[in-house]
Amino acid sequence: MNKNLTWKWGVIAGTLVFFVFGIFGIPKDWSGKGLLASVAERIHLGLDLRGGTHLILQVQVNDAVNVDSDNAIARLREDMRTHKITYVEITKPDPANHPETVVVKGVPPEQSSDFKNLVTDRLPDYSPSSGAENSWTVSMKSANLADLKNRAVTQAIETIRNRIDALGVSEPVIQEHGLGAYQILVQLPGVDDPARVKEIMQSTAMLEIKQSLGGPYSSEQSALQEHNGILPPDSVLMPGRSIGSTRENETGENWYLISRAAAVTGRDLRTAEASRDENGQPAVRFILTGDGGRKFYSFTSAHVGDNLAVVLDNKVQEVAVIKEAIRDTGIINGRFTEQQVQDLAMTLRSGALPAGIKYLEERTVGPSLGADSIKSGVNAAVFGMLAVLVFMLVYYRWAGVNADVALILNLVILLGFMGFFGAVLTLPGIAGVILTVGMGVDSNVLIFERIREELRNGKTPPSAVEQGFSHAWITIVDTHVTTIVSAAILFIFGTGPVKGFATTLVFGLLANLFTAVFVSRVIFDWVLSRKQRGEALSI
Amino acid sequence: MWNDLTLEAFCNLETVETWSSDLEFFRNTNIDFLGKKWYFLAFSLIFSVAGVLSMLFWHGIPLGVDFRGGTLVYVKYSHTPDVAAVHADIDRAGLRNARVQRYGPAGNNELLIQLDIQETSEQALDRGKTQIVQALEGRAGGNGDKKDLNNSSSKTLTEYLLEKDPLHLGTDANPRYTVIAQSIVDNRDKVKSGVLGSIDELNGVVDRAVVASLKDDFFASDFGIRNVEIVGPQVGQQLRKQAMLATLYSLAGMLVYLALRFEWIYGVAAVLTVFHDTLITVGAFSLLNREISLTVIAAILTLIGYSNNDTIVVFDRIRENIKLRRRERLADIVNKSINQTLSRTILTAGLTFLTVLALFLFGGEVLRGFSLALVIGIVIGTYSSIAIAAPILVAYQEWRTARGQKPIAMPVRTGTQPKEKVKA
Repeated sequence: MNKNLTWKWGVIAGTLVFFVFGIFGIPKDWSGKGLLASVAERIHLGLDLRGGTHLILQVQVNDAVNVDSDNAIARLREDMRTHKITYVEITKPDPANHPETVVVKGVPPEQSSDFKNLVTDRLPDYSPSSGAENSWTVSMKSANLADLKNRAVTQAIETIRNRIDALGVSEPVIQEHGLGAYQILVQLPGVDDPARVKEIMQSTAMLEIKQSLGGPYSSEQSALQEHNGILPPDSVLMPGRSIGSTRENETGENWYLISRAAAVTGRDLRTAEASRDENGQPAVRFILTGDGGRKFYSFTSAHVGDNLAVVLDNKVQEVAVIKEAIRDTGIINGRFTEQQVQDLAMTLRSGALPAGIKYLEERTVGPSLGADSIKSGVNAAVFGMLAVLVFMLVYYRWAGVNADVALILNLVILLGFMGFFGAVLTLPGIAGVILTVGMGVDSNVLIFERIREELRNGKTPPSAVEQGFSHAWITIVDTHVTTIVSAAILFIFGTGPVKGFATTLVFGLLANLFTAVFVSRVIFDWVLSRKQRGEALSI
Repeated sequence: MWNDLTLEAFCNLETVETWSSDLEFFRNTNIDFLGKKWYFLAFSLIFSVAGVLSMLFWHGIPLGVDFRGGTLVYVKYSHTPDVAAVHADIDRAGLRNARVQRYGPAGNNELLIQLDIQETSEQALDRGKTQIVQALEGRAGGNGDKKDLNNSSSKTLTEYLLEKDPLHLGTDANPRYTVIAQSIVDNRDKVKSGVLGSIDELNGVVDRAVVASLKDDFFASDFGIRNVEIVGPQVGQQLRKQAMLATLYSLAGMLVYLALRFEWIYGVAAVLTVFHDTLITVGAFSLLNREISLTVIAAILTLIGYSNNDTIVVFDRIRENIKLRRRERLADIVNKSINQTLSRTILTAGLTFLTVLALFLFGGEVLRGFSLALVIGIVIGTYSSIAIAAPILVAYQEWRTARGQKPIAMPVRTGTQPKEKVKA
């Protein structure tokens, strides 16, 4: 064996060891079970094989924009009052589609420059533009708007992650789903009944403690009548319904008149926990932060004797009289079950969602289907591989052994790649492995057929091998590039199982360039080096 | 049209001096492929037109739930399910437009229940599924008091066992009951394929006290939910657009790469060929009324890449032969090139076909559409690289000659062919 060949064998052996390490790592236990366990640790099964839930949800980013523009309106009112700028009304003409746009009507022309300065000065995220009949349109700057929406998504991901972690789901995937607008992809392995998880994820858990200015009223209309159709400034009507109430027991919804401004909100919470109220009913007890406590203390001391409302997700949970100034603890009750109290405390701890979420897609794979899929995937892989290996042996004889060795090494490298990258193996991914076998062996066929052709044209075996490899190489590169290009596009556009397919196909074909060309050539050279001059080549 | 193929050429058993082999297909064939281009054209036209007609007037393009949105619930029964009765139950639950059909081989006892997009709003995405499960449980003897063991997760079971503590474990109860719950679920899902006939089947799997305790609050229905897919309208629309874009980008990618590596007309010929393959494959799905799911699109994208392989093999040889035989007619060169590469074209496609066939036969119901697309696509792709791609090249050249222009400058790029470097 010449020197040249020796280092090539070295490269092959090194590659083999490297990628076997990629598959197994360093197993703690060398028994069959231990090896399998270490593979499972490195190559993860996709949801479609292990069972679980896949969700796509969308953050209603306009909610977050509405909150911001509501605050802007409140600040504008306040500032225009102090700066003595008069106006007729301030509205949001289209809060559903353009929550970032506020219209101020009736600003006197002589005050327009004052108004403009006020907006640029006090609302740096907004820009004013004057319209017809003394009206001004104050809109959020597009850069700020985009930033606010993206922040809402990031914050929602963070909050959802906290909640799912608290539920104890192992290895969840929670990430922005780049293919849609403001969408989040959530994968929960092992969760095959997602109803409760979904509810927990979805609850915005926006807690506010506000002053109650009146009520309960039996309906929205009667509440309006009570005030002659005009609500006091900076107050709103809110329905009072606890999430725990059974609707049958209620004669109807109660409505309350609630102040717009909140004394404290969920952001002021230090912690929340499941507890019981003075009647022994399940309730959530919360403790405020130092800052929140001070705010709450000054509020309650100023309002002793007034009513206080605990508002969760814009629904009044309970109304109580402030008997004395409260510093930092409170309780939320309202006919909850034990489970609901646990969940509510948890969502309050994990923070509020910056905006509502909507589910767009839900896929659940039960564990029995996953187990069956693994079985049929493995069956197909074994039969497909055997068919190819046997065919190559029969058709190319000793050269077939060469191809089979290269093919097996190809698979080892493919699985090793997946181990190193912590790739996810899905059912289409297994199909990708099978296709890699079918497409990978094509390279060998191209080379072998060319060698046969050269031999037929009277070339000596060494020269035929040389010619065969050099001619087929270009073709192999071209064919691989086209397949990898389409697999890469699939990788970019696909999600979940399809992505797993693209991954295995790309890795498999890249590895094939090495095994079918380099490894196979080394084996040929080795075989030729052991043959006498003029001895036939088994191909 | 294959009668030029003699048996001798098909299977040559003679041994050559410097080379020994028992088996060789397609040796020294000399088939006039270009002479048969009208047959090929007719064949392709029939299939494409049939497919297009089916897409337009018959089955349309049968989009899977991924693209059209809707609710799919796959239910496995412990016995042969009564489709009509199940349908009646679901109808009674208020889901008027549900479709109930058998899924997979009859022995699987599996049903697929589908709701269309009207009953799958994003406001309450899983409402349809919940209603279906309730209707099925009502039929299976569930009255709302007891939980269905066949549709309970291991977490539910663990919580239940912890509360009841049938083994009186005390302190280390949690890990023990977690293991017990998991073994119940594993027995159900992995040994019994997802459905337990009765709770008593668990005797021998877990302690009798556990079984007895489960019987207090659980019952065993005759079905298990295997798989649920709910796709809202927004995602469906989004995926349709993406699948379209991905296919177009793929085709464009091929065009650019082949135009760079060969001449632009080669790229055009290859892309037209692949488009032909895609059209016939999608047409076949329409004719068979098989749904096109995300994985079918994945298969089609793979085919766009793979169908080109055989075309490239032929083109490479044409390019090589053009350099060697400058005086011959392009048609002759193309014919010769196809014949020279015929055996590898058939072999490579045949081997890939073998693996795809294994996938189709053994890969299970989930991958059926995917593997069907590959089975059809590989056959069509191989055929078209011989019957469509090469004739396009020749037709283009004849068209140029007819207009009195010089034959196209066929690529005589050197450097891509390392032939010169090789010592013969």
